[in-house]
Amino acid sequence: MFENIGLSIQGIWNHKLRSLLTMLGIIIGIASIIAIVSTIKGTNEQIKEQLIGAGNNVVTVQLCQGSEPYEMQYSSIPGGVPVISEETRAKLANIDGAVDATLYTQRSWTNGLIYHQNSGFSGALRGIDSHYFSVNGYDIYLGRDFSQQDYDGFRKVAILDQSAASGIFPGENPLGQVIEIKKEPFTVIGVVARSSTYEPNISNYEEYVTYLGNDSGAVYIPGVDWPMVCQYDEPQTVDIQAATTDEMTAVGKSAADIINEGLSVGDDSNLTYSSSDVLERAQSLQQLANATNQQLVWIASISLLVGGIGVMNIMLVTVTERTREIGLKKAIGARKGRILWQFLTEAAVLTSLGGIIGVLAGIGMAQVVSRLSGSPTAISVPAILLAVLFSMIIGIVFGLMPAVKAANLNPIEALRRE
Amino acid sequence: MVLELHDICKDYTRGKLTVPVLRDINLTVEEGEYIAIMGPSGSGKTTLMNLIGCLDVPTSGRRILKGEDLDGISDNRMADIRNRQIGFVFQTADLLPGMTALENVALPLTYRGVKKKERLARAKEMLERVGLADRMDHKPNQLSGGQCQRVAIARAMVGNPSLLLADEPTGALDTQSGRQVMELFRNLNEEGVTIIMITHAPEVASCAQKTYLIRDGRIQTGGAV
Repeated sequence: MFENIGLSIQGIWNHKLRSLLTMLGIIIGIASIIAIVSTIKGTNEQIKEQLIGAGNNVVTVQLCQGSEPYEMQYSSIPGGVPVISEETRAKLANIDGAVDATLYTQRSWTNGLIYHQNSGFSGALRGIDSHYFSVNGYDIYLGRDFSQQDYDGFRKVAILDQSAASGIFPGENPLGQVIEIKKEPFTVIGVVARSSTYEPNISNYEEYVTYLGNDSGAVYIPGVDWPMVCQYDEPQTVDIQAATTDEMTAVGKSAADIINEGLSVGDDSNLTYSSSDVLERAQSLQQLANATNQQLVWIASISLLVGGIGVMNIMLVTVTERTREIGLKKAIGARKGRILWQFLTEAAVLTSLGGIIGVLAGIGMAQVVSRLSGSPTAISVPAILLAVLFSMIIGIVFGLMPAVKAANLNPIEALRRE
Repeated sequence: MVLELHDICKDYTRGKLTVPVLRDINLTVEEGEYIAIMGPSGSGKTTLMNLIGCLDVPTSGRRILKGEDLDGISDNRMADIRNRQIGFVFQTADLLPGMTALENVALPLTYRGVKKKERLARAKEMLERVGLADRMDHKPNQLSGGQCQRVAIARAMVGNPSLLLADEPTGALDTQSGRQVMELFRNLNEEGVTIIMITHAPEVASCAQKTYLIRDGRIQTGGAV
């Protein structure tokens, strides 16, 4: 067996150019598949990292009607949805796998609600508690955070994120400036930015979308001030930070269950708290990427088929060329099976070698694509093993016909041939 | 008795036409004999050789090699018999070009599963016997025609066959190399090897103890010439 492999490699080396040309189809096919698979895997890992992980592993649990979030812009305060207490928040923060939790009320966008002088701001407005910035991974970038006095004294102070700061105060220092929220003056005391561990600035699906499009930013005020600008007893949204990405789904589900225990809504209201399952949505995004790339893999497989036929062709030529050798081997006592194995091994070694070269070329191609387009790549070890195995199988499948032909050669006829 | 042939007939079918090649061949070969088979081309010499060498099966008749009836045996058994009982030497040496002389000689032993070390040791011994100890690591293209033929003889002999079959072994050689090769055959015969040789050169046949003449598929004369 090993001797056969050794002899095959020697044979391939003796016919370098021919072997290379024979392997070319396999090389190209395997290389494209490896390149595509590496790019898929890289993209998927990027989606997973940017979309889900991004350092903080935050799950948002919000009130939903059916499957849609319950937006306070369009609706009145729903009955039977109590304000979530600080005790419940502490309970949520203590769920297995949870790190911390924050409660806040929000308007996702605020047309006509926030003004500075005469220009309006249409980003988000959130009334937050003292946990919000740490859970969502914000650091104070300018000025200061809300203090206990701010909360206790219902002070009308605001913190902006960087987009809001540059949107409302282009080229100005926002600190100490006053903005109007529902005609109430709020003093800007700070600007927050994502902490440096947060590159790129994405922690959930919505932010991924915002990240891709235009983000007008958010204005934060102490949650206790919320009734001044909106209403009392609005349903809150909860952000929970999980310890690991994999625990996000479980933590989100248990949190939703705990909050839903406190609801006293009618069955027909369709109101429940539910966690936005980022993991699931990311997976569907990954599946979309996979589906498109799967087609590319199929196309690349065609070149493998063509490569296989090329191998068969060359093996047939080889059998014809070596008829006399086959006859001689039979004359000195080689059984049919041995001749069959010899040619199968040769074909399999040839295509496996092509596969290995293809894998290396594919990795190279993936690196080049990654450099040029900036899309990430990740080497998939199972894909590489599978590719080499598959090219070996191609050799065996397409080498079978020539090998059978060689094994069945009549030794007398074969010896008569010059 | 090494070989007995009883009433061997062989027909070839070309389309609808059946051409008789061998007719009622009866032949016995004793241990240690050196037999020459002569005849014009197309007389059926090589066909007879193929039948004796288990490369072909007769249309009718019985072959008994070393006491084993060769009637109706399988392809694989035929291959094993060729490997163990028969040594072939053809007109051209037919060495594998990628292998050294030593590896070529060792090749038949691979087919019976002899370990590499032993294989090479026995091949080396055989090459010494044919006087090519200093050419062991040469590839066929580095050897002369006569040397190649001697390597081929070593390859035929490496497995200690019961019968050494040679089909015009000097046909492609110059006179001097031919003489050396014939010398080698005679030496082997003197050491006890049974040889059947096809030739059409009378001076080659003169080395043999018995000569048979084949004409139109029949043995014409028998016994020692």
